Amino acid sequence: MAKRPSAPAVPRKRLTVTDYTLFAGVIVLIFFSIYRVNDVLVYNWNWQRVLSFVVRFDPETGSYSANLLWYGLMTTVRLAFWATVLAAIIGLIVGYWRTCNNLTLRIISRGYVELIRNIPPLVFIFIFFFFISSQIFPALGFDNIDRESVLVDNVLFRIFFGDVRLFSNFLAGVLCLAMFEAAYIAEIVRAGIQSIGKDQWEAARAIGLSRFNVLRDVILPQAGRKILPPLAGQFITLIKDSSIVSLISIQELTFLATEVASSTTKVFETWILVGGMYFCICFGFAVLFGWLERRARRSFK
Amino acid sequence: MGEQIEKPLVSISGLSKWYEDFNALHEINLTVSMGEKLVICGPSGSGKSTLIRCINQLEAHQKGTIIVDGLEVTPEMKNLEAIRRDIGMVFQNFNLFPHKTILENLTLGPIRNRGVSLKDAEVLAMQYLEKVQIAEQAHKYPAQLSGGQQQRVAIARALCMTPKIMLFDEPTSALDPEMIAGVLEVMVQLADEGMTMICVTHEMGFARKIADRIVFMDEGEIIEIATPAVFFSAPESERAKLFLSQVLGH
Repeated sequence: MAKRPSAPAVPRKRLTVTDYTLFAGVIVLIFFSIYRVNDVLVYNWNWQRVLSFVVRFDPETGSYSANLLWYGLMTTVRLAFWATVLAAIIGLIVGYWRTCNNLTLRIISRGYVELIRNIPPLVFIFIFFFFISSQIFPALGFDNIDRESVLVDNVLFRIFFGDVRLFSNFLAGVLCLAMFEAAYIAEIVRAGIQSIGKDQWEAARAIGLSRFNVLRDVILPQAGRKILPPLAGQFITLIKDSSIVSLISIQELTFLATEVASSTTKVFETWILVGGMYFCICFGFAVLFGWLERRARRSFK
Repeated sequence: MGEQIEKPLVSISGLSKWYEDFNALHEINLTVSMGEKLVICGPSGSGKSTLIRCINQLEAHQKGTIIVDGLEVTPEMKNLEAIRRDIGMVFQNFNLFPHKTILENLTLGPIRNRGVSLKDAEVLAMQYLEKVQIAEQAHKYPAQLSGGQQQRVAIARALCMTPKIMLFDEPTSALDPEMIAGVLEVMVQLADEGMTMICVTHEMGFARKIADRIVFMDEGEIIEIATPAVFFSAPESERAKLFLSQVLGH
């Protein structure tokens, strides 16, 4: 074979004048805002005061200890964690039911999704919270848990569920959030399952797999890879939506930040700090999902 | 073959199927004996695929009976899995599982349906991969293989269940011309080993070579059944004559 010329070099991507102009514009805008806040509003910044609500220095013992905002952050992380787990489970089941041949399951799942999707989150949470906290929890005995019990009085419980005294309150928040987000996850799961062609079902059924095994071994692994990006978006939405449950007095980050902001009157610092905290959790999640996506793509081909 | 052919493995009688109002199959009667090779041909839309898909119940029929290896197959039956393990099927578009390696594609059925251990399933799978000459690609993914190779893997996947009968649904129709020979070679080899086969195909050369009987279908009915010698030289019906002139003419 005659020697052929090698491929021409691809020019490297460089930032152009337009890009630099845009960047400059953004920087000017930021400095202008800072200038407005400093000179026009004459705002007296005091980060120290707000930061002390994250970690407090106790002059008497000479040691640092966690304070309100830190507790709030931890509650938000716990809330997001359990709500994500629960929402994923409910969403998977309801999403699968949406694709079933069984009419009853389809009606139930469709009803669930439509009911929740078409009510504003806040309204749903108010209705649901007052229903479960006034009816279900007393019936289940969550309101009078024995605080001395070995089951709840240990480190693991505190790491995963926080303060025992606030447990029923916390659980209500988790349930509200999970039920709410599950409706959206169910729709993503349904789309994922339906995106896998009928031929995959047939091939798997033809080698004698049961419906459950087809779903587990063939459909869900493929659907899972496809729905990773929208699922990541939904989980990040869930973390951000967790701030709504501050309105039913769940003592998470937004709830405590409201208290800190009003008691210190340092509104800007508090909310910028809290915004930064939410950003870190959500961005961490986005990075994690980005990694999962790359991994999934690699194993495919 | 002789005595093998006496025992019916599949017997279909009075089979009818409708898609909504469209009558896809009308009063089909057909028996397939152990070790017999049947080729079903006919114009597109004549119900060939629907017929063989009813045998393993990928399509539910509304009327008539299908008996496979002494068991009646009905859409209502609970353990279709038990029937399907005995019926291997190869599809037009291979339908391999793209997220699993070639080896995993083969071992899935035996592990899940027959409860074979992973190790035993892999040994079995490698035997069949060697048979279809894909053994060295065992750890690749389906998308890395050519169409012909993928179809040979699909045949091996079906064989891994050690079926009593193999159904082929236009196995070469989606292949590039140069890939067809390799797939047909595997099918001929399988026929020579005495596998009971029902093939829907347009490969008339292949049909002539391996078929015991040729079933010609049109508009959801069996028009005629004949040996290849008779069918290709002196078909009875006008429709079969027309069909043959079209497939053999070009």
